[in-house]
Amino acid sequence: MRQVLLRLAAALPTLCGVVVVTFLLTRVLPGDTATYFAGPTASAEAIEQIRRELGLDLPLPEQFWRYVVALTKGDLGMSLTTGQPVRAEIATRLPASAELTLCALVLAIAIAMPLGVLAAVRQGSLIDHACRVLTTAGVSLPVFFTGLLLVYVFYFVLGWMPAPLGRLDAFATAPPQVSGFYLIDTLLAGDTGTFRAAAAQIVLPATTLALFALAPIARITRASMLAVLGSEFIRTARASGLSGPTVVITYALRNALLPVVTVLGMVFSFLLGANVLVEKVFAWPGIGSYAVEALIASDFAPVQGFVLTMAVLYVLLNLGIDLLNRAIDPRARHGA
Amino acid sequence: MKRRSFLKTAAGAAALATPSVRRAEAQGAPTRNETLLLVQEYGPNSLDMQGIGSAQPVNGVSLNCYDTLIRFKRKEFAEGITVFDRDNYEPGLAESWQVASDGMSATFKLREAKFHSGRPVRAADVKWSMDRAVTIGGFATTQMAAGSLEKPEQFVALDDRTFRIDYLRRDKLTIPNLCVTIPFVIDSETAKANAGGDPLAKDYLKNNVAGSGAFKVESWKPGTETIYIRNEEWASGERPKLRRIIARDIPSPSTRRALIERGDADISYGLPPKDFKDLADGGKVRVAAVPVPNAIWYVALNSALAPFKDVRLRQAVAWAIPYEKIMQAALFGRGTPMWGGPQKIDTVGWPVPSHYSYNLEKAKALVAAATGGAGFSTSLVFDAGSATIAEPMAVLVQEALGAIGIKVELNKVPGANFRGELNKKTAPMVINRFGGWLDYADYFFFWNYHGNNSIFNVASYQDKELDVLIDGARFTQDPAEYATKVKAMLERGMDQIPMVPICQPYHDVAMQKYIGGYHYAPPREPDFRYLTKGA
Amino acid sequence: MSTTIAPAAPRDSIWAHARYMLAGNPVTLFALCLFLAYALMALLGPMIAPFDPMASDTARALQAPTWRHWFGTDQLGRDILSRVIVATRVDLGIALASVVLVFAAGGLAGLAAGFFGGWVDAVVGRIADTIMAFPLFVLAMGIVAALGNTIPNIVLATAIINFPLYARVARAETLTRRQAGFVDAARLSGHRDGALLLGQVLPNIMPIMVVQMSLTMGYAILNAAGLSFIGLGVRPPTAEWGIMVAEGASFIVSGEWWIALFPGATLMLAVFCFNLLGDGLRDIVDPRRRT
Repeated sequence: MRQVLLRLAAALPTLCGVVVVTFLLTRVLPGDTATYFAGPTASAEAIEQIRRELGLDLPLPEQFWRYVVALTKGDLGMSLTTGQPVRAEIATRLPASAELTLCALVLAIAIAMPLGVLAAVRQGSLIDHACRVLTTAGVSLPVFFTGLLLVYVFYFVLGWMPAPLGRLDAFATAPPQVSGFYLIDTLLAGDTGTFRAAAAQIVLPATTLALFALAPIARITRASMLAVLGSEFIRTARASGLSGPTVVITYALRNALLPVVTVLGMVFSFLLGANVLVEKVFAWPGIGSYAVEALIASDFAPVQGFVLTMAVLYVLLNLGIDLLNRAIDPRARHGA
Repeated sequence: MKRRSFLKTAAGAAALATPSVRRAEAQGAPTRNETLLLVQEYGPNSLDMQGIGSAQPVNGVSLNCYDTLIRFKRKEFAEGITVFDRDNYEPGLAESWQVASDGMSATFKLREAKFHSGRPVRAADVKWSMDRAVTIGGFATTQMAAGSLEKPEQFVALDDRTFRIDYLRRDKLTIPNLCVTIPFVIDSETAKANAGGDPLAKDYLKNNVAGSGAFKVESWKPGTETIYIRNEEWASGERPKLRRIIARDIPSPSTRRALIERGDADISYGLPPKDFKDLADGGKVRVAAVPVPNAIWYVALNSALAPFKDVRLRQAVAWAIPYEKIMQAALFGRGTPMWGGPQKIDTVGWPVPSHYSYNLEKAKALVAAATGGAGFSTSLVFDAGSATIAEPMAVLVQEALGAIGIKVELNKVPGANFRGELNKKTAPMVINRFGGWLDYADYFFFWNYHGNNSIFNVASYQDKELDVLIDGARFTQDPAEYATKVKAMLERGMDQIPMVPICQPYHDVAMQKYIGGYHYAPPREPDFRYLTKGA
Repeated sequence: MSTTIAPAAPRDSIWAHARYMLAGNPVTLFALCLFLAYALMALLGPMIAPFDPMASDTARALQAPTWRHWFGTDQLGRDILSRVIVATRVDLGIALASVVLVFAAGGLAGLAAGFFGGWVDAVVGRIADTIMAFPLFVLAMGIVAALGNTIPNIVLATAIINFPLYARVARAETLTRRQAGFVDAARLSGHRDGALLLGQVLPNIMPIMVVQMSLTMGYAILNAAGLSFIGLGVRPPTAEWGIMVAEGASFIVSGEWWIALFPGATLMLAVFCFNLLGDGLRDIVDPRRRT
């Protein structure tokens, strides 16, 4: 417990840095917020009045102080474009992003880990090269391009996938909120029909995102497997007559998992930030698309809220991975 | 086919699972034939069109969920399509009205109608709403002022059912301005009771509808979807055919096109012109193409600053713009050409074609006369938000001006900064589009050419002579004088050419063939009240 | 550099090793050839483009690939092949500039952090941590939106989001070498810290950094393309792969697939090439790290 608190305390400067940088960055965004929201026909007085209402006439340090005070109360401000409190909007949109990202991650693991293991076992073979080419190709695709292509082929031409309308078909109803993950909530509600609708909607965006995550997972699995396969105890196991698959699955893979878990954490936090473009293509109501729209409109509060949320998630995720590593590997406890 | 039936089961199962829908089922839930799925780029950011910062789609909320005292009549435009009639009005909440014999006031008799809350509509509600519109500031107040509705003292509740507006001056725009989406009538008691002390109930009305209109907002998820449900007790018109409208926000235009083309959406809004052209040519869906009244795409030339202070250079640009190419490659023919007209203007309508056309010789001669043949460099600004049309336009203009010795740098400005850029009034060239809700040439000129230098006077054009003509046309009561002034105004505008008209854009909407009753209203948002779904 | 004491492999042995590695690794060889092709396109660009990449010809707009226009024409009738070729210089230029910039900044910072430790290490570490905590693409967007969408700002934004990676790699590599024999030897022979750092440690971590650069080139290209897609890329009518894909994206559904496909494929192949090349270089430079 003390360890956890210490780690959290160590992350505080990082979070402070994020808060300050985001604040400054959003203030130098061009475009005059007051002018924008006063509407096209506003008089100079009307613009001034809005500037005052938004507190934009105050000196920067005071604006910052107000922002920090509000933050400590958990108030992330109001979005001017959607007219809603940022905290509430992030709370409703975060599960959408997290669900998409997790699905993509699971999909990527399901494909990339076997590939990585295979590549390691048959090092230097055709499979090894093919695996490398395939995963590298995945990471080389601009996600917005892949997304559009998948929509075109699987929805428009073939009609195998439902219309990219976001999380649910227009005529389906969202399940009662428990976890915020539709795939879980629909099952909890015992509503398999909506579950299937939600699952169908998530396939294409998750695939798009997963393609991007194949390479790092496959690479680290392969590297870590290679290291383990070359180690003493595997040789011993093989020497004592254990069959190939047993050695690979039971002994090698289990021992190779540690670095993989670490990378998975990094990949997850990267994907959560990188799915901005995927959300835009698939009309996915996540926080990424929310932040992008806000940024384009010079709407400070959602951008600040988004960045802060992501930073906190990043810190927590790293902490989680650390703890997990400690749990898996006794040696790590003696590390730092 | 399989997929479709599967989705139907999915929707059915969902309905059984949630208690709210089960309740609706008891009264007979809206069937798919009574439910409309509309896809648009983005939805409302507020439910209060009078509020500050309300975006374009909020007009739709005002149109469908609130009532105004009176409405524009509808007139047939094409088969199954109606547009508003600028000169004729029909009862809204007011069952009758009378303009006083001195022409300085109008009295409205309210009909027996109820707000969504069940409260009866009273004249006090009308007064409260009008007062709010002229005092809240921002766009609402400006729009009210466009019809000389400026002060709360102008609005008088005579008794529960009688309401009077006193005019500040005789203004032909006062009555039409009552038909737009700003002077809607709010349930003032409900608003005040929930306002938490704010006399204008800004927060409450932003998040709640307190009106008497044909539809109620059933759910609103900003940035995702808005669901409207029919108000069974609507008193101000014939009961709408549709019971439920689902308006989904789909940012990607390709997806919006795919949805309408594959038959998954009933109506698709705001596609690029290329897609509307394809859809119209393809014939599978119907495209309602209404030329936007009082609107043009134009190239503004900053007349207050060098180099375009020199009228010869403005004319040179007007002769050098590759109109045909722009119409073809940027607009895909989705507009009415606004070039190559007669020099002598014999209409009071707007927009009218200019007398310019693509003529490099004339352009070169004018540049040579103005600069001695040296040429110059300048820059052109356009809004990234309308880049689909403005960017190819800008590239073609850049290329064409290069041929007459004017080197143009393009500056694509993100939406949020574009207005700020216009406000600075320093951009030498701007590509933009303007449309006035009230369809009068003098109204357009007042915003775009007048010496009061509003933000829409993008060219910062200052011309005393033209100001006199504009002001004269705005307030004259004599039709003959009006015609003379407007014609002179148009001719002067074309000669001095601070804004080069390119075309009058179409307002295109793609809908399935079984959709009927499409109506075009000034704010360009969909009017659900007349729509039918016949499949 | 006459007194290099570092136990670096002799030059011809590196080449021999490289030849050996390439022979055994056809994928890297392929990537190398591809890279040369791109380099040629970037260098010769306008000279080998069959048409003027800026010249519009609306009569020939939106034409599918033909013998005249191999990649078809875009909305304004411009030749897509010519635009793709000319864009190579812009895209590789942006990527290269950002990578060089971050190499200079991040590499030196990491070097200093690893070498001196103490507060230098703490400061560099904090900066890297803070940047890492940002969602990187949104950070890049924010920087470009705030400073304006010009090529130098896109370069800067791409460099900033890659900073932590370079700083960390450089730091880790420096740490393992700080106590190495050759550094001690140099120190004993009277070299000062600065000279030691630049003259001895830097050349030794150079190979690893070059690998890093090759790997991040691809990422930098993708990043610039993503910015263009959002509308924060280079200005029109400059030809750039990302913008061309973004423009073409809206034409995919209407069947004009070539507008997005060819720039997209060229973009993908370039990123692919740099990634494979980075992998291959790593094998050559540091066989132990082969992953």
